[in-house]
Amino acid sequence: MAGNQEFDADRAQDFRVVGTRPARPDGMDKVTGKARFGADMNMPGQLIGKILRSPHPHARIKSIDASEALAMPGVKAVVTAEDFNADAKDRDVLTNIMARDKALYEGHAVAAVAATSRIKAQQALKRIKVNYEILPHVTDVDAAMQPDAPILHDDMFTQGLDEKPAKPSNINARHEFGHGDVEKGFAQADIVIERDFKTAATHQGYIEPHACVANVGADGMSELWVCTQGHFHVRSQCASLLGMDVSRLRVTASEIGGGFGGKTTVFIEPVALALSRKAGRPVKLVMTREEVFKASGPTASSSMRVKIGVKKDGTITAGEASLNYQGGAFPGAPADFGAMSAFACYDLENVKAVAFDVVTNRPKGAAYRAPGAPMSVFAVESVVDELAKEIGMDPFDLRLKNAARDGSKSSYGPKFGKIGLVACLEAAKAHPHYAAPLGPNQGRGVASGFWFNFGGETCSNLNVNEDGTITLAVGTPDIGGSRASMCIMVAEELEVPYERVRAIVADTSALGFNDTTEGSRVTFSSGMALIKAARKAKEEMCKRAAMMWDIPAEAVYWAEGAAHPSGPNAGDFEPMTIEEIAGSAAKTGGPIAGHHEYNADGAGVSFGTHIVDTEVDPETGYVKILRYTVVQDAGKAIHPDYVEGQFQGGAVQGIGWALNEEYIYGEDGRLQNATFLDYRLPVASDLPMIDTVIVEVPNPGHPYGVRGVGETGIVPPLAALANSVSAAAGVRLTDLPMSPPKVLKAIGATKLAAE
Amino acid sequence: MPVHQVTLSGIVAKTAGLTALELEGNNIRQLLKSLEAACPDLGPLIAKGVAVSIDGTLYRDDWFQPIPEGAEVFVIPRLAGG
Repeated sequence: MAGNQEFDADRAQDFRVVGTRPARPDGMDKVTGKARFGADMNMPGQLIGKILRSPHPHARIKSIDASEALAMPGVKAVVTAEDFNADAKDRDVLTNIMARDKALYEGHAVAAVAATSRIKAQQALKRIKVNYEILPHVTDVDAAMQPDAPILHDDMFTQGLDEKPAKPSNINARHEFGHGDVEKGFAQADIVIERDFKTAATHQGYIEPHACVANVGADGMSELWVCTQGHFHVRSQCASLLGMDVSRLRVTASEIGGGFGGKTTVFIEPVALALSRKAGRPVKLVMTREEVFKASGPTASSSMRVKIGVKKDGTITAGEASLNYQGGAFPGAPADFGAMSAFACYDLENVKAVAFDVVTNRPKGAAYRAPGAPMSVFAVESVVDELAKEIGMDPFDLRLKNAARDGSKSSYGPKFGKIGLVACLEAAKAHPHYAAPLGPNQGRGVASGFWFNFGGETCSNLNVNEDGTITLAVGTPDIGGSRASMCIMVAEELEVPYERVRAIVADTSALGFNDTTEGSRVTFSSGMALIKAARKAKEEMCKRAAMMWDIPAEAVYWAEGAAHPSGPNAGDFEPMTIEEIAGSAAKTGGPIAGHHEYNADGAGVSFGTHIVDTEVDPETGYVKILRYTVVQDAGKAIHPDYVEGQFQGGAVQGIGWALNEEYIYGEDGRLQNATFLDYRLPVASDLPMIDTVIVEVPNPGHPYGVRGVGETGIVPPLAALANSVSAAAGVRLTDLPMSPPKVLKAIGATKLAAE
Repeated sequence: MPVHQVTLSGIVAKTAGLTALELEGNNIRQLLKSLEAACPDLGPLIAKGVAVSIDGTLYRDDWFQPIPEGAEVFVIPRLAGG
């Protein structure tokens, strides 16, 4: 068996701090308003930046004249595409942060201004003359795939076909996964169901808009304060986009008001740096909510067809999916991940998923929790639900009969290691929620979901302070309570109280490169790095104690936050506490620290199962959520509150996706609902308390058994809600969001058909 | 150097024009070099980044991860998360 076998089962029997629920170290600052987010930073002499955005969904930029704007009092700089490094390594990002030859979506940046006040900057935008040649546009994924669709990129030839196409198209790539023979499998089935599904593009909906302050010095030394999920990645991208050395840019991550994948790339940061470089003064840039909707990265919308065959005994004989995802104006819709995840919950002999990555005149998509998986799993889990009804089988029993288990060949190829899907399904089936009675117009839905989870480049430091307290420095912004989890793991390893350990997110000059906080990786990767750093520090402290006792280092062991002689033969010494060792560190060799740098692998995949009860108002189509339960495998919950918080957050975002959230485009290619008034996020009053069950099937790749938990929670809700609402309404809902008009229309159509 | 039965998946398979082949290598780096030599069209994709699954564990960049004899090896598209 390959992979790093890190898990220590004996140790896991004896956790004292892991699994407790202490207060988060950043909690007080956040509830008192002291925490500093992206827009809370100001620098002396700073200018305010504003971005001019295309009003057209697709237009050639024939010329830009900024002379009048530059002549205005208080205007200090204007930048356009020419102010960025044309040889930047990521050309799509280069073109997305500032349009070059064409504006590819409404809201695409075409120029930016820095002025002494926001009003002056806004006035200056109006004086920049852009001469556009308006081009035909397309915003719908199926329409964009038609042969006569307006083409966004003349150099886009579909990848993944047997032969390179003769003509460019809006289809960037075709992805295919699977094994076996699906036609043979369908021939063996007693019942085959095939359905079409659609999901709308949704936004991550983070409450804090993108914000940054950039300061480029006359010598080129630069600093950037920014709300981001990955400040090292911001540094890499900005250095490339501006043609500067990485060492000349120091990036500090602010506290972050939500990211969910949407803050894993750059939008305004390189623009602020370019303005600052040109103006010679700091520049602050903050997106409005409208800009967040129109010019940051929502997730893909999809159009899908799924076909599944089953025998009367519940054996699934074949599954096939065709998935079309549009991810905005540039390649990268997570169609491949959708195809890989679609059937991941099942152990199938015959499975095939084909997915197309399509471009349209919409903002470039960004990652959103388990990118690509919620949509395809919605389609598959909806058909599985329907099949269970057709053969009269309990939906959990059908899933259990076909569930992926340890060693199953996954639908995307490799066999699974140790996984917790069956444990989740069994826990969900046994939950009191599943046996609770339902009333009229009420329905229950269940669904499972999967996500890969990742590790990645990680560098963490641990310093033992002179009073024996511990300071941790991590390079992964804390978006879900990870600082508390880091402190817990180090307190566990050093056997000291949680309160003696404090973690900070260090800036890019203080640590080696860290991958972004994404892929549910931080508690796994930064946590494992700190466990290893703590072990190094422990070894050093044992060595220092041994030196003071004049005995060999091997004759000392660590327990209860102190060095101990290993037995009577080693010497008769009282334990030497971490405080004593730290207090004498200057005389025994200097500061005591531990650090660990690595590229983490072995993150361990994650499964979850959700149950939801809804009530549909037949008069209005309004869906009320009555009860919701999340069951998910966490491997080992380091801080159960935050694990439950991730489960609940994922469920709520999935609820929004299922019931209300959608990017609505008009015929003019413009977004119709770029405000939180018209883009309807679920709020607390829409929801019951989301119940949670933490399943713990340890991940062999982590010393404490941790699996990432941040993303899987958003995968099952779309299907769970669709199954629940379909049961309550008496009609299968296949088009998300299931907003009241759509539900009412579906009910009406069924009634009409019955008459 | 051990020889492995390697399965290609997704766009890796389509770009290579085949789904399975035998490749030699003690570790991921050697395996990918063998793969590029066998399928030169995969060069840009390998440079951009792929993932290698060894007995079910996914590796994204770990060149020197050993590959045991008889291991199940897949080369799949590089994965990312949110």
